[in-house]
Amino acid sequence: MSETMILIGGRTSSQGTSVCAGKFGAEYVNVSSTLEMNADDMARLGLKDNDSVRVSSATGQIVARCKGRAVKDLPSGVVFIAYGPLSSALMDGDTAGSGMPLSKSIDVQIEPVI
Amino acid sequence: MANTHVIRDATCTFCGCVCDDMHLTVDEDTHKIVKAENACVLGRAWFKEHGVEERPYALVEGREATTEQGIDAAARILADARFPIIYGLSDTTCEAQRHAVAIADIIGGTIDTTTSVCHGPSGIAFQDVGEATATLGEIRNRADLLIFWGGNPAESHPRLFTRYTVTAKGMYVPNGRKDRTVVLVDVRRTPSAAVADIFLQVKPRRDFEVLWALRALVRGRRVDPSIEKVTGIALATLEDLAARMKSCRFGVMLFGMGLTMTRGRHFNSGALLALASDLNKFTHFVAKPVRGHGNVTGADNVVSWQTGFPFGVNLSRGYPRFNPGEFTTVDVLSRGDADAALIIAADPASNFPQPAIEHLRRIPVIVLDPKSTHTSQLAKVAITTASYGISVGGTVYRMDDVPLTLRPALPSPYPSDESVLKAIKERVSKLIGGNRMPAMERVAAAA
Repeated sequence: MSETMILIGGRTSSQGTSVCAGKFGAEYVNVSSTLEMNADDMARLGLKDNDSVRVSSATGQIVARCKGRAVKDLPSGVVFIAYGPLSSALMDGDTAGSGMPLSKSIDVQIEPVI
Repeated sequence: MANTHVIRDATCTFCGCVCDDMHLTVDEDTHKIVKAENACVLGRAWFKEHGVEERPYALVEGREATTEQGIDAAARILADARFPIIYGLSDTTCEAQRHAVAIADIIGGTIDTTTSVCHGPSGIAFQDVGEATATLGEIRNRADLLIFWGGNPAESHPRLFTRYTVTAKGMYVPNGRKDRTVVLVDVRRTPSAAVADIFLQVKPRRDFEVLWALRALVRGRRVDPSIEKVTGIALATLEDLAARMKSCRFGVMLFGMGLTMTRGRHFNSGALLALASDLNKFTHFVAKPVRGHGNVTGADNVVSWQTGFPFGVNLSRGYPRFNPGEFTTVDVLSRGDADAALIIAADPASNFPQPAIEHLRRIPVIVLDPKSTHTSQLAKVAITTASYGISVGGTVYRMDDVPLTLRPALPSPYPSDESVLKAIKERVSKLIGGNRMPAMERVAAAA
Protein backbone atom coordinates (compact mmCIF):
# COMPACT_ATOMS: atom_id res chain seq x y z
CA MET A 1 0.00 0.00 0.00
CA SER A 2 1.50 3.34 -1.02
CA GLU A 3 0.26 6.90 -1.22
CA THR A 4 1.39 10.04 -3.06
CA MET A 5 2.29 12.93 -0.75
CA ILE A 6 4.18 16.24 -0.84
CA LEU A 7 7.55 16.24 0.93
CA ILE A 8 8.75 19.45 2.56
CA GLY A 9 12.36 19.74 3.69
CA GLY A 10 13.30 22.27 6.34
CA ARG A 11 15.26 23.23 9.39
CA THR A 12 14.64 22.22 12.98
CA SER A 13 16.30 23.17 16.26
CA SER A 14 17.79 19.72 16.74
CA GLN A 15 19.06 19.68 13.17
CA GLY A 16 20.70 23.06 13.79
CA THR A 17 22.38 22.04 17.02
CA SER A 18 23.47 18.61 15.80
CA VAL A 19 24.97 20.00 12.58
CA CYS A 20 27.38 21.99 14.76
CA ALA A 21 28.59 18.76 16.34
CA GLY A 22 29.20 17.32 12.88
CA LYS A 23 27.27 15.76 10.04
CA PHE A 24 28.62 12.31 10.79
CA GLY A 25 27.42 12.36 14.40
CA ALA A 26 24.64 10.01 15.53
CA GLU A 27 22.26 12.83 16.43
CA TYR A 28 22.48 14.56 13.06
CA VAL A 29 22.04 11.26 11.22
CA ASN A 30 19.03 10.47 13.40
CA VAL A 31 17.45 13.91 13.03
CA SER A 32 17.91 14.06 9.27
CA SER A 33 16.43 10.60 8.71
CA THR A 34 13.18 11.14 10.60
CA LEU A 35 10.07 11.70 8.50
CA GLU A 36 7.22 13.58 10.18
CA MET A 37 3.75 12.54 9.06
CA ASN A 38 0.17 13.41 9.87
CA ALA A 39 -1.03 10.93 12.53
CA ASP A 40 -4.18 10.07 10.57
CA ASP A 41 -2.14 9.31 7.45
CA MET A 42 0.12 7.08 9.52
CA ALA A 43 -2.84 5.18 10.95
CA ARG A 44 -4.29 4.70 7.47
CA LEU A 45 -0.99 3.28 6.25
CA GLY A 46 -0.75 1.03 9.34
CA LEU A 47 2.30 2.88 10.65
CA LYS A 48 3.37 3.77 14.18
CA ASP A 49 6.22 5.94 15.48
CA ASN A 50 9.70 4.69 14.50
CA ASP A 51 8.41 2.36 11.78
CA SER A 52 10.41 2.44 8.57
CA VAL A 53 8.91 3.94 5.44
CA ARG A 54 10.19 3.94 1.89
CA VAL A 55 10.03 7.39 0.31
CA SER A 56 10.41 7.53 -3.47
CA SER A 57 10.60 10.51 -5.81
CA ALA A 58 11.25 10.70 -9.54
CA THR A 59 14.94 11.16 -8.63
CA GLY A 60 15.67 8.72 -5.84
CA GLN A 61 14.54 6.56 -2.98
CA ILE A 62 15.26 6.56 0.75
CA VAL A 63 14.16 4.71 3.84
CA ALA A 64 13.33 6.87 6.87
CA ARG A 65 11.82 6.40 10.30
CA CYS A 66 8.42 7.98 10.66
CA LYS A 67 7.11 10.10 13.51
CA GLY A 68 3.52 11.19 13.98
CA ARG A 69 2.45 14.82 14.15
CA ALA A 70 -0.90 16.14 15.29
CA VAL A 71 -3.43 16.43 12.49
CA LYS A 72 -3.82 20.19 13.02
CA ASP A 73 -0.06 20.77 12.78
CA LEU A 74 0.82 18.83 9.64
CA PRO A 75 -1.93 18.53 7.01
CA SER A 76 -2.92 15.22 5.52
CA GLY A 77 -0.83 14.42 2.45
CA VAL A 78 2.19 16.47 3.57
CA VAL A 79 5.34 14.96 5.08
CA PHE A 80 8.33 16.80 6.54
CA ILE A 81 12.01 15.90 6.84
CA ALA A 82 14.94 17.93 8.19
CA TYR A 83 17.49 18.84 5.52
CA GLY A 84 20.28 16.33 5.08
CA PRO A 85 21.62 13.65 2.78
CA LEU A 86 18.29 11.79 2.69
CA SER A 87 16.20 14.79 1.62
CA SER A 88 18.90 15.58 -0.90
CA ALA A 89 18.64 12.12 -2.44
CA LEU A 90 15.02 12.85 -3.41
CA MET A 91 15.66 16.26 -4.97
CA ASP A 92 15.68 16.79 -8.72
CA GLY A 93 18.40 18.90 -10.35
CA ASP A 94 15.96 20.80 -12.58
CA THR A 95 15.56 24.37 -11.32
CA ALA A 96 13.25 25.62 -14.09
CA GLY A 97 15.82 28.26 -14.96
CA SER A 98 15.89 29.74 -11.46
CA GLY A 99 18.91 28.10 -9.83
CA MET A 100 16.69 26.77 -7.07
CA PRO A 101 15.68 23.12 -6.84
CA LEU A 102 12.26 22.38 -5.34
CA SER A 103 13.35 21.16 -1.92
CA LYS A 104 10.07 22.09 -0.25
CA SER A 105 7.71 20.69 -2.82
CA ILE A 106 8.68 17.16 -3.86
CA ASP A 107 6.06 14.66 -4.99
CA VAL A 108 6.84 11.38 -3.25
CA GLN A 109 5.39 7.91 -2.88
CA ILE A 110 5.19 6.72 0.72
CA GLU A 111 4.97 3.04 1.59
CA PRO A 112 5.62 1.07 4.76
CA VAL A 113 8.71 -1.13 4.80
CA ILE A 114 7.52 -4.52 5.88
CA MET B 1 40.20 26.46 39.17
CA ALA B 2 40.17 26.88 35.43
CA ASN B 3 41.92 29.83 33.84
CA THR B 4 39.27 31.70 31.93
CA HIS B 5 38.78 35.02 30.26
CA VAL B 6 35.73 36.68 28.72
CA ILE B 7 35.39 38.17 25.25
CA ARG B 8 32.56 40.68 25.43
CA ASP B 9 30.27 41.64 22.56
CA ALA B 10 31.48 38.87 20.29
CA THR B 11 29.42 37.99 17.22
CA CYS B 12 27.62 34.71 16.59
CA THR B 13 27.76 33.68 12.93
CA PHE B 14 25.45 30.68 13.00
CA CYS B 15 22.45 32.33 11.37
CA GLY B 16 21.66 35.58 9.58
CA CYS B 17 20.69 37.37 12.82
CA VAL B 18 24.46 37.65 13.47
CA CYS B 19 23.84 38.63 17.11
CA ASP B 20 26.73 40.82 18.25
CA ASP B 21 26.06 40.79 21.99
CA MET B 22 27.68 37.46 22.89
CA HIS B 23 29.82 37.33 26.04
CA LEU B 24 32.07 34.32 25.56
CA THR B 25 33.92 32.64 28.41
CA VAL B 26 37.06 30.93 27.15
CA ASP B 27 38.74 28.14 29.10
CA GLU B 28 42.42 28.73 28.45
CA ASP B 29 43.41 25.23 29.53
CA THR B 30 41.08 23.27 27.27
CA HIS B 31 40.95 25.94 24.51
CA LYS B 32 37.19 25.82 24.46
CA ILE B 33 34.36 28.29 24.77
CA VAL B 34 32.61 27.08 27.90
CA LYS B 35 29.87 29.70 28.12
CA ALA B 36 28.11 31.88 25.58
CA GLU B 37 25.98 34.42 27.44
CA ASN B 38 23.02 35.79 25.45
CA ALA B 39 23.28 33.00 22.86
CA CYS B 40 20.18 31.08 21.70
CA VAL B 41 20.11 27.29 21.56
CA LEU B 42 21.72 27.34 18.10
CA GLY B 43 24.38 29.85 19.14
CA ARG B 44 25.28 27.84 22.23
CA ALA B 45 25.80 24.74 20.06
CA TRP B 46 27.79 26.79 17.53
CA PHE B 47 30.26 28.05 20.13
CA LYS B 48 30.44 24.78 22.06
CA GLU B 49 31.13 22.60 19.03
CA HIS B 50 33.54 24.88 17.19
CA GLY B 51 36.58 24.46 19.35
CA VAL B 52 39.90 23.80 17.65
CA GLU B 53 39.82 20.20 16.40
CA GLU B 54 42.89 18.21 15.50
CA ARG B 55 42.64 17.67 11.78
CA PRO B 56 45.22 17.41 8.99
CA TYR B 57 46.20 20.82 7.65
CA ALA B 58 45.29 19.53 4.23
CA LEU B 59 44.42 16.32 2.41
CA VAL B 60 45.55 15.98 -1.20
CA GLU B 61 44.05 12.90 -2.87
CA GLY B 62 43.47 11.49 0.59
CA ARG B 63 47.06 11.94 1.79
CA GLU B 64 47.99 14.33 4.58
CA ALA B 65 49.74 17.45 3.33
CA THR B 66 50.75 20.91 4.48
CA THR B 67 48.55 23.92 3.85
CA GLU B 68 51.07 25.12 1.25
CA GLN B 69 50.91 21.80 -0.61
CA GLY B 70 47.11 22.02 -0.54
CA ILE B 71 47.24 25.55 -1.93
CA ASP B 72 49.60 24.48 -4.71
CA ALA B 73 47.44 21.49 -5.68
CA ALA B 74 44.31 23.68 -5.63
CA ALA B 75 45.93 26.34 -7.81
CA ARG B 76 47.01 23.77 -10.38
CA ILE B 77 43.50 22.32 -10.64
CA LEU B 78 42.00 25.78 -11.16
CA ALA B 79 44.67 26.84 -13.65
CA ASP B 80 44.07 23.72 -15.75
CA ALA B 81 40.26 23.87 -15.69
CA ARG B 82 38.27 25.17 -18.68
CA PHE B 83 34.92 25.78 -16.94
CA PRO B 84 35.57 25.92 -13.18
CA ILE B 85 32.99 26.98 -10.61
CA ILE B 86 33.49 28.60 -7.21
CA TYR B 87 30.67 28.01 -4.74
CA GLY B 88 29.71 28.46 -1.09
CA LEU B 89 31.02 31.55 0.73
CA SER B 90 28.11 32.15 3.11
CA ASP B 91 30.04 30.94 6.16
CA THR B 92 33.17 33.00 5.76
CA THR B 93 34.19 36.63 6.00
CA CYS B 94 33.72 39.35 3.40
CA GLU B 95 37.51 39.61 3.25
CA ALA B 96 37.67 35.98 2.10
CA GLN B 97 34.75 36.41 -0.30
CA ARG B 98 36.50 39.19 -2.21
CA HIS B 99 39.50 36.93 -2.89
CA ALA B 100 37.14 34.24 -4.19
CA VAL B 101 35.65 36.73 -6.68
CA ALA B 102 39.15 37.73 -7.74
CA ILE B 103 40.04 34.07 -8.38
CA ALA B 104 36.89 33.66 -10.51
CA ASP B 105 37.97 36.72 -12.50
CA ILE B 106 41.51 35.41 -13.03
CA ILE B 107 40.46 31.92 -14.13
CA GLY B 108 37.45 33.11 -16.16
CA GLY B 109 35.18 30.92 -14.06
CA THR B 110 31.73 31.01 -12.54
CA ILE B 111 31.13 32.28 -9.02
CA ASP B 112 27.99 31.43 -7.12
CA THR B 113 27.03 31.39 -3.46
CA THR B 114 24.60 29.46 -1.29
CA THR B 115 22.17 32.29 -2.00
CA SER B 116 21.22 30.48 -5.20
CA VAL B 117 19.68 27.65 -3.12
CA CYS B 118 18.39 29.98 -0.38
CA HIS B 119 16.87 33.35 -1.27
CA GLY B 120 18.20 33.35 -4.85
CA PRO B 121 14.62 33.54 -6.16
CA SER B 122 14.08 36.56 -3.89
CA GLY B 123 17.22 38.10 -5.42
CA ILE B 124 15.62 37.64 -8.84
CA ALA B 125 12.39 39.18 -7.52
CA PHE B 126 14.27 42.21 -6.12
CA GLN B 127 15.46 42.93 -9.65
CA ASP B 128 11.95 42.53 -11.06
CA VAL B 129 9.89 44.27 -8.38
CA GLY B 130 12.20 46.28 -6.12
CA GLU B 131 12.34 46.17 -2.36
CA ALA B 132 10.59 48.26 0.29
CA THR B 133 13.07 47.64 3.02
CA ALA B 134 14.21 48.47 6.56
CA THR B 135 16.87 47.44 9.03
CA LEU B 136 16.07 45.13 11.92
CA GLY B 137 16.61 48.14 14.18
CA GLU B 138 13.78 50.04 12.46
CA ILE B 139 11.56 46.99 12.68
CA ARG B 140 12.36 46.56 16.37
CA ASN B 141 11.59 50.19 17.15
CA ARG B 142 8.56 50.75 14.93
CA ALA B 143 6.73 47.66 13.66
CA ASP B 144 3.25 47.17 15.09
CA LEU B 145 2.27 44.48 12.56
CA LEU B 146 4.64 41.56 12.01
CA ILE B 147 3.85 38.96 9.37
CA PHE B 148 6.12 35.92 9.16
CA TRP B 149 5.53 34.11 5.89
CA GLY B 150 6.92 30.68 4.97
CA GLY B 151 9.44 30.48 7.76
CA ASN B 152 9.93 29.05 11.21
CA PRO B 153 12.17 31.50 13.10
CA ALA B 154 11.45 29.81 16.44
CA GLU B 155 13.68 26.99 15.24
CA SER B 156 15.86 28.58 12.56
CA HIS B 157 16.46 32.13 13.94
CA PRO B 158 15.34 32.05 17.59
CA ARG B 159 16.52 35.55 18.55
CA LEU B 160 14.76 37.18 15.62
CA PHE B 161 11.67 37.03 17.85
CA THR B 162 13.25 38.23 21.07
CA ARG B 163 15.89 40.70 19.91
CA TYR B 164 14.29 42.38 16.92
CA THR B 165 10.61 41.63 16.53
CA VAL B 166 7.94 39.89 18.60
CA THR B 167 8.86 40.55 22.23
CA ALA B 168 11.44 43.31 21.74
CA LYS B 169 10.50 46.70 23.21
CA GLY B 170 11.15 49.64 20.92
CA MET B 171 10.92 53.41 20.72
CA TYR B 172 7.40 53.44 19.21
CA VAL B 173 6.34 50.06 20.60
CA PRO B 174 7.36 50.57 24.24
CA ASN B 175 5.30 47.65 25.53
CA GLY B 176 6.90 45.17 23.15
CA ARG B 177 4.65 42.18 22.52
CA LYS B 178 1.52 44.04 23.69
CA ASP B 179 2.03 46.73 21.05
CA ARG B 180 2.44 44.33 18.16
CA THR B 181 0.12 42.06 16.19
CA VAL B 182 1.87 38.92 15.01
CA VAL B 183 0.73 36.83 12.02
CA LEU B 184 2.24 33.56 10.81
CA VAL B 185 1.51 32.13 7.36
CA ASP B 186 2.77 28.62 6.70
CA VAL B 187 1.86 25.20 5.40
CA ARG B 188 2.74 23.57 8.73
CA ARG B 189 1.78 24.69 12.23
CA THR B 190 5.39 25.02 13.41
CA PRO B 191 6.65 26.01 16.88
CA SER B 192 6.62 29.61 15.58
CA ALA B 193 2.80 29.52 15.67
CA ALA B 194 2.99 29.77 19.46
CA VAL B 195 3.91 33.47 19.25
CA ALA B 196 1.30 34.36 16.63
CA ASP B 197 -2.02 36.11 17.24
CA ILE B 198 -3.22 34.87 13.87
CA PHE B 199 -2.08 31.69 12.11
CA LEU B 200 -2.99 31.14 8.46
CA GLN B 201 -2.41 27.55 7.36
CA VAL B 202 -2.14 27.77 3.59
CA LYS B 203 -2.39 24.73 1.33
CA PRO B 204 0.96 23.57 -0.10
CA ARG B 205 1.96 25.38 -3.34
CA ARG B 206 -0.73 28.06 -2.90
CA ASP B 207 1.24 30.97 -1.40
CA PHE B 208 1.17 32.92 -4.65
CA GLU B 209 -2.62 32.72 -4.85
CA VAL B 210 -2.95 33.99 -1.26
CA LEU B 211 -0.54 36.86 -1.92
CA TRP B 212 -2.29 37.84 -5.15
CA ALA B 213 -5.70 37.76 -3.46
CA LEU B 214 -4.33 40.05 -0.73
CA ARG B 215 -3.03 42.43 -3.41
CA ALA B 216 -6.52 42.55 -4.90
CA LEU B 217 -8.18 43.12 -1.53
CA VAL B 218 -5.73 45.86 -0.58
CA ARG B 219 -6.65 47.64 -3.82
CA GLY B 220 -10.35 47.26 -3.09
CA ARG B 221 -11.00 44.65 -5.76
CA ARG B 222 -13.49 41.81 -5.35
CA VAL B 223 -12.15 38.34 -4.60
CA ASP B 224 -14.35 35.31 -5.14
CA PRO B 225 -15.11 33.24 -2.02
CA SER B 226 -13.82 30.18 -3.88
CA ILE B 227 -10.36 31.39 -2.85
CA GLU B 228 -10.86 29.29 0.27
CA LYS B 229 -11.15 26.10 -1.74
CA VAL B 230 -7.96 26.95 -3.65
CA THR B 231 -5.80 28.17 -0.76
CA GLY B 232 -7.35 26.80 2.42
CA ILE B 233 -7.85 30.37 3.76
CA ALA B 234 -11.35 31.84 4.06
CA LEU B 235 -12.09 35.09 2.23
CA ALA B 236 -13.17 36.72 5.51
CA THR B 237 -9.76 35.88 7.03
CA LEU B 238 -7.98 37.43 4.05
CA GLU B 239 -10.19 40.53 4.22
CA ASP B 240 -9.38 40.89 7.91
CA LEU B 241 -5.64 40.58 7.24
CA ALA B 242 -5.80 43.08 4.35
CA ALA B 243 -7.60 45.57 6.64
CA ARG B 244 -4.96 45.10 9.37
CA MET B 245 -2.19 45.61 6.82
CA LYS B 246 -3.69 48.87 5.56
CA SER B 247 -4.42 50.27 9.00
CA CYS B 248 -1.18 49.46 10.85
CA ARG B 249 1.40 52.20 11.48
CA PHE B 250 4.47 50.22 10.40
CA GLY B 251 4.02 46.78 8.90
CA VAL B 252 6.63 44.22 7.95
CA MET B 253 6.61 40.89 6.16
CA LEU B 254 9.57 38.69 7.07
CA PHE B 255 9.61 35.84 4.59
CA GLY B 256 11.43 32.55 4.48
CA MET B 257 12.26 29.79 2.10
CA GLY B 258 8.74 28.47 2.29
CA LEU B 259 8.24 30.87 -0.60
CA THR B 260 11.45 30.38 -2.55
CA MET B 261 11.84 26.61 -2.41
CA THR B 262 8.37 25.71 -3.58
CA ARG B 263 6.27 26.03 -6.71
CA GLY B 264 6.38 29.63 -7.89
CA ARG B 265 9.83 30.43 -6.44
CA HIS B 266 10.68 34.02 -7.53
CA PHE B 267 7.06 34.68 -8.46
CA ASN B 268 6.12 34.05 -4.82
CA SER B 269 8.81 36.41 -3.51
CA GLY B 270 7.87 38.94 -6.20
CA ALA B 271 4.19 38.80 -5.22
CA LEU B 272 5.09 39.45 -1.58
CA LEU B 273 7.41 42.33 -2.46
CA ALA B 274 4.75 43.82 -4.74
CA LEU B 275 2.19 43.54 -1.93
CA ALA B 276 4.55 45.43 0.39
CA SER B 277 4.99 48.15 -2.25
CA ASP B 278 1.22 48.37 -2.80
CA LEU B 279 0.66 48.89 0.93
CA ASN B 280 2.81 52.02 0.94
CA LYS B 281 -0.14 53.83 -0.64
CA PHE B 282 -1.86 53.44 2.73
CA THR B 283 0.84 53.16 5.41
CA HIS B 284 4.50 52.31 5.89
CA PHE B 285 5.17 48.71 4.94
CA VAL B 286 8.42 46.81 4.36
CA ALA B 287 9.50 43.28 3.47
CA LYS B 288 12.69 41.44 4.35
CA PRO B 289 13.89 37.95 3.50
CA VAL B 290 15.02 36.04 6.60
CA ARG B 291 18.50 34.94 5.63
CA GLY B 292 20.12 31.70 6.72
CA HIS B 293 23.85 31.26 7.14
CA GLY B 294 25.86 33.81 9.09
CA ASN B 295 27.31 35.81 6.21
CA VAL B 296 25.17 34.87 3.24
CA THR B 297 24.09 38.51 3.04
CA GLY B 298 27.76 39.49 2.94
CA ALA B 299 28.26 37.13 0.02
CA ASP B 300 25.47 38.91 -1.88
CA ASN B 301 27.02 42.27 -1.06
CA VAL B 302 30.60 41.36 -1.97
CA VAL B 303 29.70 39.58 -5.22
CA SER B 304 27.40 42.49 -6.16
CA TRP B 305 29.99 45.08 -5.27
CA GLN B 306 32.66 43.36 -7.35
CA THR B 307 30.68 42.05 -10.34
CA GLY B 308 27.41 43.99 -10.34
CA PHE B 309 25.35 40.84 -9.68
CA PRO B 310 24.58 39.00 -6.44
CA PHE B 311 25.13 35.31 -7.37
CA GLY B 312 25.34 32.99 -10.38
CA VAL B 313 27.96 35.12 -12.16
CA ASN B 314 30.10 33.85 -15.04
CA LEU B 315 33.34 35.58 -16.03
CA SER B 316 34.51 33.38 -18.92
CA ARG B 317 34.09 36.18 -21.47
CA GLY B 318 36.22 38.52 -19.43
CA TYR B 319 33.20 40.42 -18.10
CA PRO B 320 30.47 39.41 -15.65
CA ARG B 321 27.28 37.77 -16.87
CA PHE B 322 24.39 36.93 -14.54
CA ASN B 323 21.93 34.24 -15.46
CA PRO B 324 20.19 32.12 -12.82
CA GLY B 325 19.49 28.68 -14.25
CA GLU B 326 22.59 28.87 -16.39
CA PHE B 327 25.37 29.99 -14.04
CA THR B 328 23.90 28.82 -10.73
CA THR B 329 25.69 25.88 -9.18
CA VAL B 330 22.90 23.28 -9.11
CA ASP B 331 22.40 23.84 -12.84
CA VAL B 332 26.09 23.96 -13.77
CA LEU B 333 26.69 20.69 -11.92
CA SER B 334 23.47 18.88 -12.86
CA ARG B 335 24.17 19.59 -16.54
CA GLY B 336 27.69 18.24 -16.08
CA ASP B 337 29.30 21.48 -17.27
CA ALA B 338 31.90 22.28 -14.60
CA ASP B 339 35.27 20.57 -14.88
CA ALA B 340 36.51 21.69 -11.44
CA ALA B 341 34.97 23.16 -8.31
CA LEU B 342 36.31 25.29 -5.47
CA ILE B 343 33.93 25.02 -2.52
CA ILE B 344 34.38 27.42 0.38
CA ALA B 345 32.59 26.79 3.69
CA ALA B 346 29.67 24.87 2.21
CA ASP B 347 28.62 21.26 1.89
CA PRO B 348 26.81 20.74 -1.42
CA ALA B 349 27.48 17.00 -1.30
CA SER B 350 25.03 16.75 1.58
CA ASN B 351 22.35 19.22 0.51
CA PHE B 352 22.34 19.45 -3.31
CA PRO B 353 20.13 17.44 -5.65
CA GLN B 354 21.47 14.01 -6.49
CA PRO B 355 22.45 14.74 -10.14
CA ALA B 356 24.61 17.66 -8.95
CA ILE B 357 26.32 15.52 -6.30
CA GLU B 358 27.01 12.82 -8.88
CA HIS B 359 28.85 15.36 -11.04
CA LEU B 360 30.87 16.58 -8.05
CA ARG B 361 32.14 13.00 -7.73
CA ARG B 362 33.38 13.10 -11.34
CA ILE B 363 35.44 16.31 -11.20
CA PRO B 364 38.36 17.58 -9.09
CA VAL B 365 36.91 19.36 -6.07
CA ILE B 366 38.78 21.69 -3.71
CA VAL B 367 37.24 22.33 -0.29
CA LEU B 368 38.05 24.88 2.41
CA ASP B 369 36.24 24.00 5.66
CA PRO B 370 37.00 23.83 9.39
CA LYS B 371 35.22 20.48 9.65
CA SER B 372 35.05 17.19 7.80
CA THR B 373 31.96 17.21 5.56
CA HIS B 374 30.40 15.07 2.87
CA THR B 375 32.00 17.41 0.32
CA SER B 376 35.46 17.31 1.90
CA GLN B 377 35.25 13.51 1.78
CA LEU B 378 34.85 13.49 -2.00
CA ALA B 379 37.33 16.33 -2.56
CA LYS B 380 40.67 15.94 -4.29
CA VAL B 381 42.04 18.75 -2.13
CA ALA B 382 40.63 19.51 1.33
CA ILE B 383 42.23 22.38 3.25
CA THR B 384 41.39 22.84 6.93
CA THR B 385 40.69 26.46 7.81
CA ALA B 386 39.86 28.25 11.04
CA SER B 387 36.23 29.00 11.97
CA TYR B 388 35.15 32.56 11.25
CA GLY B 389 33.84 34.48 14.22
CA ILE B 390 35.44 32.01 16.62
CA SER B 391 39.06 32.01 15.49
CA VAL B 392 39.03 34.51 12.63
CA GLY B 393 38.12 38.19 12.65
CA GLY B 394 36.74 40.21 9.79
CA THR B 395 33.44 41.57 8.52
CA VAL B 396 30.05 39.92 8.14
CA TYR B 397 26.67 41.30 7.08
CA ARG B 398 23.54 40.82 9.12
CA MET B 399 20.44 39.74 7.17
CA ASP B 400 19.38 43.40 6.88
CA ASP B 401 22.63 44.38 5.10
CA VAL B 402 24.22 45.91 8.20
CA PRO B 403 27.97 45.09 8.35
CA LEU B 404 29.36 43.93 11.70
CA THR B 405 32.85 43.23 12.98
CA LEU B 406 33.85 39.83 14.34
CA ARG B 407 35.67 39.46 17.64
CA PRO B 408 37.41 36.07 17.61
CA ALA B 409 37.84 34.25 20.92
CA LEU B 410 40.00 31.19 20.28
CA PRO B 411 43.39 31.17 18.55
CA SER B 412 43.63 28.46 15.89
CA PRO B 413 46.65 26.74 14.33
CA TYR B 414 44.78 26.66 11.03
CA PRO B 415 44.84 29.54 8.52
CA SER B 416 41.81 31.67 7.67
CA ASP B 417 39.84 31.21 4.45
CA GLU B 418 41.03 34.68 3.54
CA SER B 419 44.73 33.82 3.73
CA VAL B 420 44.29 30.51 1.87
CA LEU B 421 42.23 32.11 -0.91
CA LYS B 422 44.70 34.97 -1.22
CA ALA B 423 47.53 32.45 -1.63
CA ILE B 424 45.54 30.42 -4.19
CA LYS B 425 44.78 33.64 -6.08
CA GLU B 426 48.44 34.61 -6.26
CA ARG B 427 49.54 31.09 -7.24
CA VAL B 428 46.87 30.75 -9.95
CA SER B 429 47.72 34.16 -11.35
CA LYS B 430 51.36 33.12 -11.58
CA LEU B 431 50.51 29.80 -13.25
CA ILE B 432 48.22 31.42 -15.83
CA GLY B 433 50.36 34.53 -16.26
CA GLY B 434 47.75 37.12 -15.24
CA ASN B 435 44.10 36.78 -16.16
CA ARG B 436 43.04 33.92 -18.39
CA MET B 437 42.23 35.02 -21.92
CA PRO B 438 38.43 35.14 -22.35
CA ALA B 439 36.95 32.11 -24.10
CA MET B 440 35.82 34.02 -27.24
CA GLU B 441 39.25 35.56 -27.69
CA ARG B 442 40.82 32.11 -27.37
CA VAL B 443 38.59 30.89 -30.19
CA ALA B 444 39.49 33.91 -32.32
CA ALA B 445 43.22 33.49 -31.62
CA ALA B 446 43.07 29.81 -32.55
CA ALA B 447 41.31 30.67 -35.82
